Amino acid sequence: MSRFAWRETSSRRASRGAGTARAAVQRRRPAAPRRLGAYGVSHVQSLLASLGRMARSPVSTLMTVAVIGIALALPTGLHVLLENVQAVSAGWENSARISLFLQRDLPPDQVRRLEERLRAMPGVATVERITPAQALEEFRRLSGFDAALEALGENPLPTVLVVEPRLDFTDPALVEHLLDRARSLEGVELAQLDMAWVRRLFALMEIGKRGVLVLGALLALAVLLIVGNTIRLAIENRREEIEVQKLIGATDAFIRRPFLYSGLWHGLGGALCAWLLVSLSLALLAGPVRRLTLLYESDQALLGMNAGATLLLLAAGALLGLAGAWLAVGRHLRRIEPA
Amino acid sequence: MIRFDKVGKRYPGGREALQGVSFHLAAGEMAFLTGHSGAGKSTLLKLIALLERPSYGQVFVNGRNVSRAGRRRIPYLRRDIGLIFQDHRLLSDRTVFDNVALPLVIAGHRHQEIRRRVQAALDKVGLLDKAQRFPVTLSGGEQQRVGIARAVVNRPPILLADEPTGNLDPALSAEIMDLFRQFNTVGVTVLIASHDLALIRRLGQRILVLDHGLLVDDGRAHAA
Repeated sequence: MSRFAWRETSSRRASRGAGTARAAVQRRRPAAPRRLGAYGVSHVQSLLASLGRMARSPVSTLMTVAVIGIALALPTGLHVLLENVQAVSAGWENSARISLFLQRDLPPDQVRRLEERLRAMPGVATVERITPAQALEEFRRLSGFDAALEALGENPLPTVLVVEPRLDFTDPALVEHLLDRARSLEGVELAQLDMAWVRRLFALMEIGKRGVLVLGALLALAVLLIVGNTIRLAIENRREEIEVQKLIGATDAFIRRPFLYSGLWHGLGGALCAWLLVSLSLALLAGPVRRLTLLYESDQALLGMNAGATLLLLAAGALLGLAGAWLAVGRHLRRIEPA
Repeated sequence: MIRFDKVGKRYPGGREALQGVSFHLAAGEMAFLTGHSGAGKSTLLKLIALLERPSYGQVFVNGRNVSRAGRRRIPYLRRDIGLIFQDHRLLSDRTVFDNVALPLVIAGHRHQEIRRRVQAALDKVGLLDKAQRFPVTLSGGEQQRVGIARAVVNRPPILLADEPTGNLDPALSAEIMDLFRQFNTVGVTVLIASHDLALIRRLGQRILVLDHGLLVDDGRAHAA
C-alpha cells in the first residue's frame, strides 16, 4: 500500500513536467535559514581547511609566500623611501634664495644702499654680502684652478648679494615678484633664483613616484601569476577529489571555495612577509640615517610604515591572492570533468 | 523515473556507444543492465547521471528532460542520483565518516544532521565501527559498502551502480546485491550495470540487455 502511494506521487510529479522541475529541486534543499547558517559553516570550513592544507606542506607554502613577499616588498620599500625623501625635502621648496650679481664697478657706498633697500623690501629675511675677494677665495678653494686664477691678474668676480626670503614667504609667485623687483634695482647686473635644483629634485621624485607605480603594477602582475600557478598545481593535485565532488553534486562555487581561500591566504601571507622585510630593512637603515641627519643638523627621523600603508599593503596582498586564485580556478576547474 | 526516448551516443572518433535506445524504468523499480564489455552499459548510466550528453534523443530523469539541462543545474540534478562505481572512488586522505559525509556537506546540511545521517548510513551497510578508519585499511567489499553508504546518505530517489561487484567474490557480491534490494524495498529506483549474468538471473529482477549499443531486450517480457 505504502509503496503504491509512493509510486502514485512520483508519477504525478513526473507528469507535472519540466516547469516545476526547479521547484522539485528546491524542495530537496534544506530550508532557507538553515541553508544560510550552513553556508557560513561551509565558508568557515573551507577557510580553515585551506589553512590546514598550507600548514601540511610548510616548505612549499613558505617559499611561495616568500616570493610574493619579496615581490610586494620592492614597490613598498621604494614607496617608503620616496616618502622619506619627500619629508626631508618638504622644507627645501621654501629655501629659495636670490643671488644678485652686482655691476663690477659699483662703489661700496652704493652697494650698502642697495643692501638697505633690499632689507626694507617685504618678505626679505636676510641679505648677505659676498665680496669679490671672498668669492675668489671660495672659488680657489673649491675649483683648484689656482694657477689659472693667478694668471688673470685681477679679480674678475663681482660683488654678490644673497637675499633670503622670510620662511613664511612661501608662495612661488611672491618669490618671483621679489625676484623681479630685485632685478630692476639699479646696479644689479643679474638676479638669479637658486631654486632650479629644488625643482629638479622634485621632478626626479615625480619620476620616482611614477616608477614605483609602474614597478608596483608589474610586480602585482607577478604576484597574480605566482598565486595563479600555485593554485593551478593545487587543483592538479586534487583532481581526483574534484572529480568525486562533481560526481556527487558539488556546485562550482563549492569546489572553488577552498582554492579561493588558499589564494587569499597566500596573498595575505606574502603581504605580511613584505611588511616584515620592509620593516627589517628600515631598522637596518635607521642608524646610518640618524647619523646623516645629525650631520645636517636635522632631527628628521626615518619614517616607517604607518598604519594606513600597512593596511593597504595587507589588503592589496589579499586581493591579489584572491584574484590570482580566481583566474586559475576559472581556467582549470571547468576542464576537470568526471569520466 | 528514468525514461530513454530513442537515445543515441556517438563519441568523437565515430564510435556509436548507443543507438536508438528506448526504455522506461518506473519509480521504485529495480533493474539490471547487462551486455558484453563495450556494449554501452557505462555510457547509458553516464547519460542518466549527466556525465555525458546524448548525441540525439531525450533522457528523462525524475520527470525532467535532463538532455537539455544547463551546466549550472547539473550539480542539483546529480544530488537526486546515488552513484556507485566498481573502483569505489573514495577519497583516500579522508576517513570513512568524512567520505560518507561528503554529499551532505556539499548539500549544506548542519553538523548534527550530518553526523546523524552518516551514522545511519554506515549502520545500514554494517560499518559503523569503522567510521574513523581510512578506506585503504578496509577490504574490497567493505570499501564498496562505504561507496554505497555515500550514495544513499543523501536519500536520493535513484541509485545507479556500475559493476558494483566487479572485484568481489560471489559471497560478497550477493551481500552487496542484497543491500541494493533493501534500498529498493523502501522505494528507491535502482539500476545496476553488471555482466555477472549468473548472479543477476538468480535475483529475478528485470534485466535490460545491450548488444553493440542496441537495446536487444528491455526486460519487459520478464516483468510482465
